[in-house]
Amino acid sequence: MSLIRLEHLTKIFDGKNKVEALNDVSLEIEEGDIYGIIGYSGAGKSTLVRMINALEVPTSGKVFVEDQCLGDLSDKELRTTRKKIGMIFQQFNLLNSKTIYNNVAIPLKLNGVGKADIDKRVDELLTFVGLADRKNAYPDQLSGGQKQRVGIARALANNPSILLCDEATSALDPKTTESILDLLKEINEKLNVTIIVITHEMNVIRHICNKVAVMDYGKVVENGSVIDVFTNPQTKIAREFVGNLIHDEVPAPLVPGIRAMTENYKILRIKMKNTEHTEPLLWELNTKFEVKTNLLYCTISIIEGIVIGIMLVLFAGTDDEIRKCEEYILKCGEQYEEVEL
Amino acid sequence: MAQQLEAFLGIPLEKVIKSAGETLYMVGWSLIIGAVIGFVLAVFLWMTRKDGLKRNDILYTILNAIINIIRSTPFIILMVCVMPFTKAIVGTRIGTKAALVPLVIYIAPYFSRLIENALLGVDEGIIEAAKSMGATTFQIVIKFVFPEAFASMILGITTGTIGLIGATAMAGYIGGGGVGNLALTYGYQTFNTNLMVFTVVILIVLVWIVQAIGNGLARKRRVHS
Repeated sequence: MSLIRLEHLTKIFDGKNKVEALNDVSLEIEEGDIYGIIGYSGAGKSTLVRMINALEVPTSGKVFVEDQCLGDLSDKELRTTRKKIGMIFQQFNLLNSKTIYNNVAIPLKLNGVGKADIDKRVDELLTFVGLADRKNAYPDQLSGGQKQRVGIARALANNPSILLCDEATSALDPKTTESILDLLKEINEKLNVTIIVITHEMNVIRHICNKVAVMDYGKVVENGSVIDVFTNPQTKIAREFVGNLIHDEVPAPLVPGIRAMTENYKILRIKMKNTEHTEPLLWELNTKFEVKTNLLYCTISIIEGIVIGIMLVLFAGTDDEIRKCEEYILKCGEQYEEVEL
Repeated sequence: MAQQLEAFLGIPLEKVIKSAGETLYMVGWSLIIGAVIGFVLAVFLWMTRKDGLKRNDILYTILNAIINIIRSTPFIILMVCVMPFTKAIVGTRIGTKAALVPLVIYIAPYFSRLIENALLGVDEGIIEAAKSMGATTFQIVIKFVFPEAFASMILGITTGTIGLIGATAMAGYIGGGGVGNLALTYGYQTFNTNLMVFTVVILIVLVWIVQAIGNGLARKRRVHS
């Protein structure tokens, strides 16, 4: 049973120009997931995530949270549901007129929690995000990363089961981004909070997500486990996003030299993720077959603890020998594809 | 000292003090009443606008039109126009107390625009965050928007109050008295330059004090280091 179920969501913004922000989007998010939704600006991902806590209402389609259809709830019931769904934002959205303590205390006050319990809970939360010593400071005295930590503490105040992150790291530098992502991962593991992450950076997806949906022009064009999408992207846009992170093209300066070769050759992109095959593949190919290999480019990424290697190898030799190499690569449990220059 | 001053000004000192008292009376009361009315109008405008929490095109258009009409009427004409209304409320058309009615009618729409601007200055993201926490509309306004807009509201009210001080000078036309009236009738019209300059100095000091108080209150809420 899914924790969040989105069924055939469509959103049309009326106005001078009718905009179809979402076009028949369906997704299922399981309890414990860190689900990434990636796309360029205007792909509809922010609209989509806002439907999970009903900040946006779909033009058609249904949103289920814990098997409860949000469209069926009264205003009062909706507010109760929202209290179980935390949200953090790109621009943090903290109250600049209030101290860190009071910012984190707001959702507790809205919930009618007593003063002593608020004190205790705020201390707990600020300790968890590592800002216990800043509770009397104001937001404009904090760095971007610290502000987002306050945002996270505030979002966690009422012990939500779901945390929505709307471009939560897009305003932060790479190092701070990493520390915030580590904190989100910790929240997912220790507090058992299901997290939905909206981003345009594949790095964020690689760092913490276990599942990913790729959005383009209001549609989910590809979704699945992060490893599958990373190693075998099906759509052009998914390949673009993966390519931003894992370069897998022949380096441009090498191209003229390769084109000038007189020998018969073929370039293969070999994807290695079979960890059981421990023999050195290139050495084997060189010794078993009549080919000369030339390694053009190689990259290794670790995704969800799995090592993924991508090699661009030039094989010089007869077509027959190269075909034997291809067969051998498959036999070893690895994948390859031919690269056209 | 007091005698020298009286000789310099050419009128009894009590007259100056009485006028100062009248100005403070008119500014004080119309500030308080005008700010409260302006505040309520501003909240209505802000809530019912196109992207507001409770959009209501009809209410917004009507309010907006009334405020624009009053704001474009010169105070001196407004004062005469509302005389029947003044009589109905205060019982008389003239005097310091009667001057309060046109002053409030004049300043409340001005305050409402200034306060509306302060409310519009609150980031939409704050409102979105409030909604995501399950806040009611009332809680959004009271616990999120007001604290965030407070400093700008104070600065707006300060600007409005200075406009109000200017308006009280014209209240002399309906016997409102005040420092501005003193400058006009005893200073300007009797060619008493000393008195005129002196009253203008009093007004400058008053404006200065109001601005300093406003800035101080706003800074207290805005700067934290």
